[in-house]
Amino acid sequence: MNALEVKDLAVRLGGTEVLRGVTFSLPRASCLAIIGPNGAGKTVLLRALIGALPHTGTIAWAADTVLGYVPQKLDIERDLPLNGRDFLRARAALAGSSSAQQLEALNSVGLAEEALSTPIGNMSGGQFQRLLIAFALLGRPNVLLLDEPAAGIDAPGQAQLNEVLHALQDRRAMTVLLVSHDLSVVYSQADHVLCLGRHGMCFGPPRTALTAERLYEVYGQPLGFHVHDHS
Amino acid sequence: MSTIIHELAPELGSLALSGLMAVAAGLIGSFAVMRRMVLAADPMSHIALPGIGIALILRVNPLWGALALLLLGAVLIWAVERRIRIATEAVIGVTFAVALAVGSIITSGEELIDALLGAPGTLTLPEVAFGIAGSLIVIVFVLRARNALVVRLVSPEIALTSAVDVARLDLYFLLAFALTIGLGLRFLGVLLMGSLIIIPAAMARRFARSLSAMLTLSVVTAVLSTAAGTYVAWLVGRPSGPFIVMVAGGLFFLSLLRRREA
Repeated sequence: MNALEVKDLAVRLGGTEVLRGVTFSLPRASCLAIIGPNGAGKTVLLRALIGALPHTGTIAWAADTVLGYVPQKLDIERDLPLNGRDFLRARAALAGSSSAQQLEALNSVGLAEEALSTPIGNMSGGQFQRLLIAFALLGRPNVLLLDEPAAGIDAPGQAQLNEVLHALQDRRAMTVLLVSHDLSVVYSQADHVLCLGRHGMCFGPPRTALTAERLYEVYGQPLGFHVHDHS
Repeated sequence: MSTIIHELAPELGSLALSGLMAVAAGLIGSFAVMRRMVLAADPMSHIALPGIGIALILRVNPLWGALALLLLGAVLIWAVERRIRIATEAVIGVTFAVALAVGSIITSGEELIDALLGAPGTLTLPEVAFGIAGSLIVIVFVLRARNALVVRLVSPEIALTSAVDVARLDLYFLLAFALTIGLGLRFLGVLLMGSLIIIPAAMARRFARSLSAMLTLSVVTAVLSTAAGTYVAWLVGRPSGPFIVMVAGGLFFLSLLRRREA
């Protein structure tokens, strides 16, 4: 049984067709990287997969699926009077997790306990991102969806984050779907890649699906191995 | 003894009611401020006006007319916001500017002043009962739903994957917000009740570094403003509404003198 099966998925936003004909299936405990240029619909795909957007086509999660979602950007003010503890406690209360599990989630993303009493406005981008991952983990998900988790994090932080994701997959047999612009992450972490481009999509293991020609088609320009996006 | 209790009962009821109303305003205001609804409270309160006008025409207590329209308005905002997905503030602003126009046409001058600034006088038993029950509903809602409200505040998508019914939560929040405005109508009037919801929470936000600090500071400021404003109004024999808001506003401006800790 696959973790996820998507068939002929299409999403329209404000009269514009953002996604069309997206079809793929994902085995359990696998890691899918979603790549594509800006505006290709990567975030829209994740939001459709968690049920936040109306769509046509089929999205079938395995019956025992518990989702954890880490969004790309948060539309909140950073000077909110909320600290790490408020964040995690709220999620833990909804998920029925204990305070020990809150600490465990914090440790598993490499955040010190001080983060609990730190207001979110005082956290760096990387710390906040890790807090969001800890937040998602509190729901004991078996599927984790991350939208550019490394955005705004420095190089050592990114390496640590990749290790965290690896460890989560290994220890908890978690299915991971992550949007990434970094092809080195795609090759090192993912066993499947889904590329969304203006001229169609591709799906498969990175080594076979991501040919130079395919990348050219997806991004509309020739690409080196390592792609960074600073937008 | 029983005579004294009988004489004091309305005063005590009124005191308990204003205290509970202030607690409800402080709590709902905290989340309203964090949800960027600061400017929404005043226009939203204007929806009560046509309700007051209609109630006077039908010869029923204006409070019930105001409350009915406030709750109806909350449902309307919720439905419009879901359908066209624009900011709550924009929907509230447009809807209630129209309500104010309608209200001013069907309400007479004196009634309008009472509705805007609060009418003095002894509260009736149904008004006290409604006020206490309504305040308790708002207080219990915010305290029970605070975790879902925090997650919703962080991200509606995360709330969705946390088994929170975001649409229902938003509706309940708007209804609680409208109910809180309804609670203060007799004391402060539609013009000033929005201020008691927003000012204490806005001040608390400047200093609070955690959710519990925010809620506590906001509630304490709202209760303090209500108590001090009511006392001053009693001393000078004037309606309490403007004094309550003046005390809250004074505390807010005083708080600006103190810098927020980094």
